[in-house]
Amino acid sequence: MAKITYVEHDGTEHTVEVKTGMSVMEGAIKNNVPGIDADCGGACACATCHVYVDPAFEGKTGEKSAMEESMLDFAENVEPNSRLSCQIKVSDDLDGLVVRMPESQH
Amino acid sequence: MRGSGLANPGAPDLNARVVIIGAGHAGGSAAAFLRQYGHTGPIILIGDEPLVPYQRPPLSKAWLKGEADADSLALKPADWYADNNCRLMLGVSATKIERAARRVVLSTGETLDYDILVLATGARARTLPLPGADLKGVMALRTAADAEQLKAALGPGKHLAVVGGGYVGLEAAASARALGAEAVVLEREPRVLARVACQQLSDFFTRYHTGHGVVFELSAGVEGFEGRDGQVTGVRLADGRVLPCDAALVGVGAIPNDELAQAAGLDCVNGVVVDLEARTADPAIFAIGDVTHRPLPLYDRMFRLESVPNALEQAKQVACAIVGRPAPPPEVPWFWSDQYDLKLQIAGMPFDADTILVRGDPATAKFAVFHLKGDLVQAVEAVNSPPEFMMGKILIGGRKPVSRERLADSSISMKEVAA
Ligand SMILES: Cc1cc2nc3c(=O)[nH]c(=O)nc-3n(C[C@H](O)[C@H](O)[C@H](O)COP(=O)(O)OP(=O)(O)OC[C@H]3O[C@@H](n4cnc5c(N)ncnc54)[C@H](O)[C@@H]3O)c2cc1C
Ligand code: FES
Repeated sequence: MAKITYVEHDGTEHTVEVKTGMSVMEGAIKNNVPGIDADCGGACACATCHVYVDPAFEGKTGEKSAMEESMLDFAENVEPNSRLSCQIKVSDDLDGLVVRMPESQH
Repeated sequence: MRGSGLANPGAPDLNARVVIIGAGHAGGSAAAFLRQYGHTGPIILIGDEPLVPYQRPPLSKAWLKGEADADSLALKPADWYADNNCRLMLGVSATKIERAARRVVLSTGETLDYDILVLATGARARTLPLPGADLKGVMALRTAADAEQLKAALGPGKHLAVVGGGYVGLEAAASARALGAEAVVLEREPRVLARVACQQLSDFFTRYHTGHGVVFELSAGVEGFEGRDGQVTGVRLADGRVLPCDAALVGVGAIPNDELAQAAGLDCVNGVVVDLEARTADPAIFAIGDVTHRPLPLYDRMFRLESVPNALEQAKQVACAIVGRPAPPPEVPWFWSDQYDLKLQIAGMPFDADTILVRGDPATAKFAVFHLKGDLVQAVEAVNSPPEFMMGKILIGGRKPVSRERLADSSISMKEVAA
């Protein structure tokens, strides 16, 4: 279990409990948090689950795969802390994680 | 209660009573987009499967291999529907559309009035009218129930025969291997993926699967299924051989569930004919997803697509039309497939292409096949190559000419090629 705070582009915050083993993307979908589209359902094929990871957690969210890295390279408004949320696995270590959403996923 | 739509059928109306037939990827997404865009009227979602709208792609991939649980398949959590004033009627099918009365008849005998009707009935697996096709263990893969049946038949030492070398069949073969089962793929054409991919890609996938122990029988005529005590035991070929199996997956394409629309007098050509708002010729009736024959403005033709991105695009179109938002800009059709450690991403359609150009080396399992019409990219099939897919999609949508020489040179990055 980890408490994760999703911050919409307009600043609206949603703090929810997400089960270990789920992805950060699934945590949003299962809790009806808006702002993550996840068109491909977590296949790392669409880049519509883009989030910005709070710098305090950057070391804990795991390494980006080459696939994720190159998908992100072509997404809009990418920052150094950009991630595809379907590729971040939730663990107890991520308790307190804050992720922010871009203005649009398309 | 109906909204104000009766006077002016199909006009934007936030209070319209929307009935959606088919609670699949398109229908479920349309309900979600309607609420997201501020629709306040009632939404009724009728689905003949017993499940809340769910995703099918994992049924042949992550879910089949046991890497994703059933919970993860749902599009939205079950309580979303009640919380958002969407009435879900599951295990119920619509049997008739009465257009004049603007009413749908259900299998329960009940009738439902609508201001707006959305047909999202999808497609069903094509069956083979062969001897033995009704044996236990001869199956299709379209629904979660199908997938349960297939999964139960797989495991170490089991033999799966896949009839039809399309994406679903190849994905199932790869998942069967991951579960320790033997897999043989029987294809009528001389190559797999014959209807949906180019020769280069077919050859690559055949080699890759062979390397993972899948056996191929190409140009194979399947004559029927053999069985014992009602259970399939083998597939009989035209050359007289019988290939033993514990389960036979028939993956020979899908046909649109457009019979309701046909019976209601709506124009159907391999699917329900719709425009770029997803509207049929009846202003109060829309159709979305696998069941539609839709315009592809980039290619100046009509086509029936079977993909999640298509279902989502049309779900947005219908939601926009109902609430009175401008129609979203047309998207580039795209698709993905996962097999072993391969990620295939396809953008565009290879219509009217005059040249096929391979970028990268298939032997490295990282390459892309571009389909060009002059210097315009019509489609790209990218294996483990997101830059080619992502930039290819942008080039296709923007109708931006490229230099073939530079595109063929993988030492020049896709960003530079497109610059
Ligand atoms: C195994 C498999 C793997 C796939 N993999 C991919 C992939 O990797 N990428 C991709 O983009 N696409 C993939 N697809 C395709 C994708 O799942 C479909 O394009 C998508 O589901 C289409 O959505 P839909 O809502 O139009 O149809 P469906 O999801 O099929 O939903 C239609 C629903 O309507 C119901 N229905 C039909 N008639 C009636 C009636 N009269 N009354 C009530 N209910 C009715 C059906 O039972 C069904 O539940 C895959 C499909 C399958 C089967
Ligand atoms: S959900 Fe598609 S890439 Fe994450």
